[in-house]
Formats: sequence, C-alpha cells, structure tokens
Amino acid sequence: MWRYALKRVMIAFFTVTTILLVLFLLLELMPGTPFNDEKLTTQQKAVIMETYGLNKPVLFRFTNYVRLMAKGDFGISYTMEKNRPIADMVGPRLGVSLAIGFQAVLLGTLIGIILGVIASLKHNSWMDSLASVIAVCGVSIPSYVFALALAFLLGYKARLFPILYDPSGSVMSSIMPTISLSMFTIATVSRFLRSEMLDVLGSDYILLAKAKGVDEGRLILRHGLRNALIPVITVLGPLVVSLMTGSLVVEKIFAIPGLGSLFVTAIQVNDYNVVVAVAFIYSVMFIAVMLVVDILYGIIDPRIRLAKGGER
Amino acid sequence: MMDVAFRKDDFEFAARAKDEYDSLDVSHESFWKDVAVRFMKNKGAVLGACIIAFIVALAVFAPMFSGRTYKTVVIEHASLPPRVPLVEKLGFMNGTVEGVDRYAEAEAKGVHYPFGTDTLGRDLWTRCWVGTRISLYIALLAMLIDIVIGMSFGMVSGFLGGKVDLAMQRFLEILNGIPNLVIVTLLVLVLRPGIMSITIALFIKGWIGMSQVVRAQVLKLKEQEYVLASRTLGTSTVNLLRREVLPNVLGQVIIMSMFSIPNAIFTESFLAFIGLGLQAPMASLGVLINDGFKSFLVYPHMVAIPTAVLAALMLSFNIMADGLRDAFDPKMKEM
Amino acid sequence: MDTPTRERILSIRDLDISFATSSGMLHALRGIKLDLFRGETVAIVGESGSGKSVTAKAIMGILSSNGRINSGSIVYRHVAADGGAREYDIVRMSQKEVRSEICGKRIAMVFQDPMTSLNPTMTIGRQIMEAMRYHYGRSRSEARTRAEELLALVGIDNPGRRMRQYPNELSGGMRQRVVIAIALSCDPDILICDEPTTALDVTVQARILELIKDIQEKTRVTVIYITHNLGVVAKVADYVAVMYAGRIIEKGAIEEVFYDPRHPYTWGLLSSLPDTAGTAERLYSIPGNPINLLNEFPGDAFAPRNQLALNIDYRLPPPMFNVGGKHRVASWLAHERSPKVGLPVELRARIQSMLSENALDA
Repeated sequence: MWRYALKRVMIAFFTVTTILLVLFLLLELMPGTPFNDEKLTTQQKAVIMETYGLNKPVLFRFTNYVRLMAKGDFGISYTMEKNRPIADMVGPRLGVSLAIGFQAVLLGTLIGIILGVIASLKHNSWMDSLASVIAVCGVSIPSYVFALALAFLLGYKARLFPILYDPSGSVMSSIMPTISLSMFTIATVSRFLRSEMLDVLGSDYILLAKAKGVDEGRLILRHGLRNALIPVITVLGPLVVSLMTGSLVVEKIFAIPGLGSLFVTAIQVNDYNVVVAVAFIYSVMFIAVMLVVDILYGIIDPRIRLAKGGER
Repeated sequence: MMDVAFRKDDFEFAARAKDEYDSLDVSHESFWKDVAVRFMKNKGAVLGACIIAFIVALAVFAPMFSGRTYKTVVIEHASLPPRVPLVEKLGFMNGTVEGVDRYAEAEAKGVHYPFGTDTLGRDLWTRCWVGTRISLYIALLAMLIDIVIGMSFGMVSGFLGGKVDLAMQRFLEILNGIPNLVIVTLLVLVLRPGIMSITIALFIKGWIGMSQVVRAQVLKLKEQEYVLASRTLGTSTVNLLRREVLPNVLGQVIIMSMFSIPNAIFTESFLAFIGLGLQAPMASLGVLINDGFKSFLVYPHMVAIPTAVLAALMLSFNIMADGLRDAFDPKMKEM
Repeated sequence: MDTPTRERILSIRDLDISFATSSGMLHALRGIKLDLFRGETVAIVGESGSGKSVTAKAIMGILSSNGRINSGSIVYRHVAADGGAREYDIVRMSQKEVRSEICGKRIAMVFQDPMTSLNPTMTIGRQIMEAMRYHYGRSRSEARTRAEELLALVGIDNPGRRMRQYPNELSGGMRQRVVIAIALSCDPDILICDEPTTALDVTVQARILELIKDIQEKTRVTVIYITHNLGVVAKVADYVAVMYAGRIIEKGAIEEVFYDPRHPYTWGLLSSLPDTAGTAERLYSIPGNPINLLNEFPGDAFAPRNQLALNIDYRLPPPMFNVGGKHRVASWLAHERSPKVGLPVELRARIQSMLSENALDA
C-alpha cells in the first residue's frame, strides 16, 4: 500500500515538474514577457539579464525558476500592477476563492448526500425522478448559467441578494455565487450516492443486519450510508476541477476579487507572469487534491487497507 | 376428501407431447438492433436526440432564410428586444422593454427581429444560429480528432506493449495530471484565439479516454492471439485490428464521443467568457454569451437566448449520451 | 430421536406470496402449510425458484420491498422461562415489530455467502455485539464477553484478537462461523440456515454442518435448513419438505421421503444424489425447465415435465394426500383411482444400495 502511495507521489512530482517546464518555456518564448520585450533599451535589458540571471545557461535558469516558484516567489507583475510581487497579489485573492469554493463544496456535498439518500430510499418514485432531473441539469448545465439566472431573478428582479460581492465578508453576498458553484457538486454527489446506496442496500450484509433485528434508522445510517459514502471521495477530483473552472466565470459575473478574476484579467492584459503564476497554483492544487484522494481512499476502506493475501 | 367432480378420463395418463414445457424464445436479434430498441424505450434520450436534431436543423437552415447576415451592423437598430410576428399579439415578445416600445423608438415599426438585436444592431436570430453552427463545428472537429488520435495511440500502445507501452502510459498519467483548465487557457493564449487554436485546446486532452478503451481491447486481443494463431495466419495486422478490435470498441467510442460534445461546447463558451474566444465579428455561442453579458441586466435577452440554446444543447447531448450508454450496456434497474 | 414432548413452535398456513416486478406479478409461494416442532431439524428442499428462500425470508419478515403477502399466517409460539406462552402471527405484525421482537431475538438466520454477508467496514466484534446490545440492552463489556464466548463456541481461535479484525481478514469458513455466532448471539429459538454451505469448499462444508449439529445439541435450538443439496439433507435433517414452483409437493420424516418417495419430482431429486455404489447405468432425469412463476396455470405445475402426468394434473392442482405416518404427498398419483405406479427401477436399486450402506442416520 505504501509502495502505491510512493508511486503516486513520484508521478505527482514529475507532473509538477513538467508543468513548470511548460510554464518556463512559455515565459521564455512569448513576446511581451519581461525576458523578451522589444521595447526595452539595451541598458534595461542588461539589468534584467543580471537580475534574473538570463545570461546563464538554460538549465540554470530553469532550476532557478523552479526554486523560486517552490518558494512562492512568483516574480512581479508586469502589466497589471507594475512591479508588485505577484505573491502579494495572489495571497488575499486565494483566500477569497478558497472560502467560496469551500462553502460551495460543503453545501453541495450536504445537499447532495441528502438528495442521494432520499432518491435511493424512494427509488422509482416521483421523488427519485425529480432528484434525477435535478441531477442531470446540475451536471450538464454550466455553473455560469445558474449564476446568470440567479443573478437576474433573485438578485435583480426579486432583490433578495446583492448581485455584487462585498468583500467585507458579508455572507449574503456570497450566497448566490456559492449556490451557482455548488450545483455541479449537488448533482454529482447525489447521483453517485444514489447508485452506491442502492448497491449497498441490496447487499447481503444489509439483509443480515435486518435479520439481526437492526432498526431501519441505524440500518440506513450506520450500515448503509457509512459504506456508500466511501467511494464518494473519488468524486472529489472532478469536483475540484469544476470548481476551478466555474470560479473563473462566477467570479466575473459577481465581481468577486478572487483568484479566478485575477487570472481572467491577467489574460486579457497579457500579464504573462501573473498568468503563469496562477496557472501554477491551480495545477498544484489540482495535483495535490488528486494525490490526497488517491491515498485517502486506500486508508479509509478497510478492505483495501487490510487486504490479506489469503487464508481461504 | 373434497367434493370434486371427477371426469371420466381424469386418472388416465396424459398423452401430451414431451416438449410442452416452457420454452424460452431465444431469438437472435442483432446487437445493434437491440441497442436501438433499448434506446428508443428511453424517453428522455429520445427527447434529447429530437431537441438536438431540431437545433441542428435551425442552425443549418435558419441563417439561410432569415434575410439577414450575422455581421451586418445596423446601428439604428441597436439593442432591440425580440419581436415575433404572430406571438406579439399575445402581449409578450412584442418589442417592448418595461412598457417602452423600443421598435417605435428606433423608428423600425414594421421590422421584426425574432431574437432581437445586439448592441451593434446585428440580428441575433441569425447570429445565434450561425454561432451554433460554429460551436457545433468546433465540437465535431475536436471529436473527430479525438477519435483518430485516441484510437491510434491506444492501438500502438497496446499492440507494441513492453517498454513502449509503459512509457506511453506514463506519458498519459502525467498529461492527465495537468488540469484541463490550465492547458486550455495557456494554449489558446499562446496560439491566439481562433477556431484552430480552440479546437487544438479541445482535443489535446480529449483523446485520452478513448485511447484507454482501445488499448484495453487490444491487450485483450493479444491474450487470445496465441490461441488464434493458427487461424490468423496470413491475416495482416491491420485487418486483425479492424476486425477484432474495432467492433468491440465502437460502442464505447461512440458514447465517449457523444459525451465529448457538450464538454467542447462548454469549453468554447467558457473561453469566450474569459476573453479567449473567437474574435468579432465571428459569432459562436460563447461569443454571443460574452457579448450579451455586458448588458445582461438591462437587456437580458441578449445573454438569455444564446445561453438557453447552449444549455439545451448540453443537456440534450448529456441525456442522449446517457441513454446510449444504457442502451449499450443495460444494468439491472430493479431490485 | 422423537422428543417426548412434541411442542409446536412454528406453524405456517396457506402462505401465499407474490412479487411485483417490471415483467408483472411473480407468484412465488402458492399456499404453503408447514409445522415446526421444538428440537427438530427440518429441511426445505427444492431447485432455484421453488420458493424455499422466499419461505425462509417470510418467516423472518425480511422479504424484499416488492414482496406482498397475499394470504396466510405464520404463527410463532414462544414459551418464556416462566412457562408463559405467547403467539405471534408474523404476517400480521408490522415491520418494526418483527424487527424488534422476532429478528435475531427469537428467530435467527445464517446466510448463504459468507463473503458478502458481513459488513466490510465493521469489526467482527461489533457485528456480533450489535444484536445483543440492541435486543437486550447489554452493556458493552457484557456483550464483549459473550461475543468472545460465542466465537469460541463456533470454533474460532484467539477470539480476543479476532474481535478486532475486519471480515476481509478472515477466510470463508471462518466468516461463516462468525455469521453463525451472530445468529446465536441472542439465544434464538429457531435457526434458519439458507444454503449455509453452498459457497464453501467441500471440506469446510462438512465441518460447518458438524458445528451446527454440535450447537443444536448444546443449545436445543430448532433448525430449518434451506437447501437444494439432498446430501446435506441426508446428514442433518429429521423432517423434509420438498418444494416445487411455490408449493410443497412432498413432505415427511426423512426415512419416509428418502426410502419411499411418492412424487415423481422427488424421484428426480433423489437420482441426483452421488452414487457411491456405482451401479447406475441410466439416470432417471427430469426433462425440461422449471415453470415461469409469472404465469398462472391450472393444475399441477410439474405436469409438463412429468412423464407420469395424469389428465387431471392439467386441470386441478393435487391436494395433500396422507400416505402414512407423517408422510404427505401432493400428487394425484396418490389418489385411489389413479393407476398404481412404482418407483423407477434405477431409483429403486439406488435406494436399496443406500439402505444397505446405511447412509442415512437413524
């Protein structure tokens, strides 16, 4: 089991390195980057060369780059806020995005679990069909469609929630973005859990528990849900992905000063340093989550954790 | 005992034919026919397919008959809400916004724009369907390239095996580890937004799933290869792959392709939304949504209509693909 | 062998059960009448689809949710320590009542596949303790002690350590022992074993059967065996009921049914017993397939496969005929007006050789 974990870590490491290589090449080759700007005078170029060690061989530059990125030194913004360290720009925004993202996952998972359990208990009834319809919509329709709809109907017409995000921590203004982002999670978790619960509830050990006299409530929760929830962790990977993509658009719609909107703005003004820095952060987050999910799954399920060769 | 009226011949041996017991009718229908029948039973999937067909038909034919182009700018007619000839008598879609007749304002009383116009006075009906065309075109192109690359990679990897296979699979694992978001945005950023760059961004990771499916089949075939060795003497490798691998993977490849289309449509719209979409005056669903968003509180129709088309397409494709998946591999749905 | 006081503890009358499936109503049980006496071992025998598992689940009240009891009664009679008797009609009780009063507490079940019967995310100890704590409110330490005793009783070494293990750390045979321990944890009156050895190795099978017999002697629990394997029946049962297509077609004491079978279906079943003498040249076999329980049919369900079917078999279902002692047969061949039919030659020879080998316990 630990060999497996080690292998996953190695691959993650290689992936991060590959990404860094790609990002590094991007910076080297794109026009308009600090390393390549035609508008610089020879003198300015010389200064930059010295500062970034550009006259040293490629390998050195690359390892230097890796070292800096690993430390969290993402360089300075070139176009957006001249000479401001990107790490400073990223910090608070990361916090905002993570907070809303976390809220969305929490809300989505809770509602998803409830819907999934209800759908499985009342399967083939109208409640199940309704949950199914919600699930399909949540999975197929992008989060920004929900964001637009919510912003217009609840925010503008009904004036229930503020349309623009208020960074002074106001909970109300984060409700609509959270709901929009959580739709995919609700849909995925509920669908997945429904199918897992149906599998579990039809299993022999549930029948044995009934034959033991275990009451319905304990049966569903301790015997059913506890087993059905284990594979749900595998859904976390695609969830994080959808959150990252979703956040870009939702942050734009609700004017949330998060990492996503930073990314979008940087793209539009061609501030490559910032683009690369944020891309790197996203990549690391994604890889980290996948790694954790992979390893966690092995720990949580006793069947995998304690798999024995076999006394048969 | 009981009072039963016995008949005269009750207690004689019945001279029935031996094979009178339940015989199961195992008529062999072709696999594809079975799939088709199962698919048809799934009302949601059939509905999805119909909606797709309807939208595609509109995308193909509507611009031809609308009498307008997607890029003609008519500034006087800017930002007009939808106005549909017969429906307007019912009181909605009659060109008014909050009571104000915008068409009257623009001195365009006899003119009808079924979907209204955008901020430059371009006809949204035509733009919408042209946009749908382009979005679908990009999606289909990406899907085809996915299939080609995916199947080739999978076949080569599976067939060659050994170290080559190992290396190719490692490559895949690393490629998979890079989030799509990062690759897509960086690629389009570097290559400058356009149809080709967006298509590349779509297929650059889309083929992975298909290659795995194909590779699995090839590996399975390889295991049987030695058993079939005598029978396949003289059959070229290509023919072998074509005859043995293809039919088995065709189903899954189709399903995966179906699922890749809504993903492509979404990605294209997403790119447009963050500023990496096709350039004006090109229209795609994403471009329309992005354009419309700018005035979405004041003129919601500009963003609502392309969004509705996009949502309808994505939903329909997903439902249809789900239905296809169930049709190919029916799972027991009752306990 | 005959217990001096034959106390009836379970009484099934006219049990009729259907299942709602997407292909229609499946009529699984079509009128079952069966009695169970304390201390006995009863075997219910039949092919897949005969209804034997449904009967077992009905007794426990754990039919799947699409099952409907159309008619009938299952009366369980419990005699408390002070001698007071109480009767429960399981069919009339609500699911909640059955779960809390009957399941595990009075009637317990051992399932077929030990690999899937145990909750994979719960330790062995907790699974055994669960029923005890729920039904009798035992404290954790009491329950733990009792659980370890049970593990020892079912022949599992090192009970203390095993308690903390998870099911996947145990072999199939050991898991089945755990399932038996769980079943015994609340001292039930009746133990239902649904194909308890089918999923196990042959060598392990014998040991499990021994174990159950052992436990019976120690605890005087009454056992119902559900099986399709007549070899198992021969080893353990006092009384046997043969089922076909949702009906009991023959029942009686084991010597009665094994040595003097009257129903052509039973003949076919007996022919499938392993032939140790090796004298058989031709097997008496039953042609055709079991009936589709989605359909209703007049008369005897076995008739289409029965070479000795009478005309009346296609018209009216045969009632139970008393052919002596405890032996009952549901076959028109037992009616006085039917032609006299004897055992097929091959089978008679078989039975003779079985008798002479004394294969059956007295």
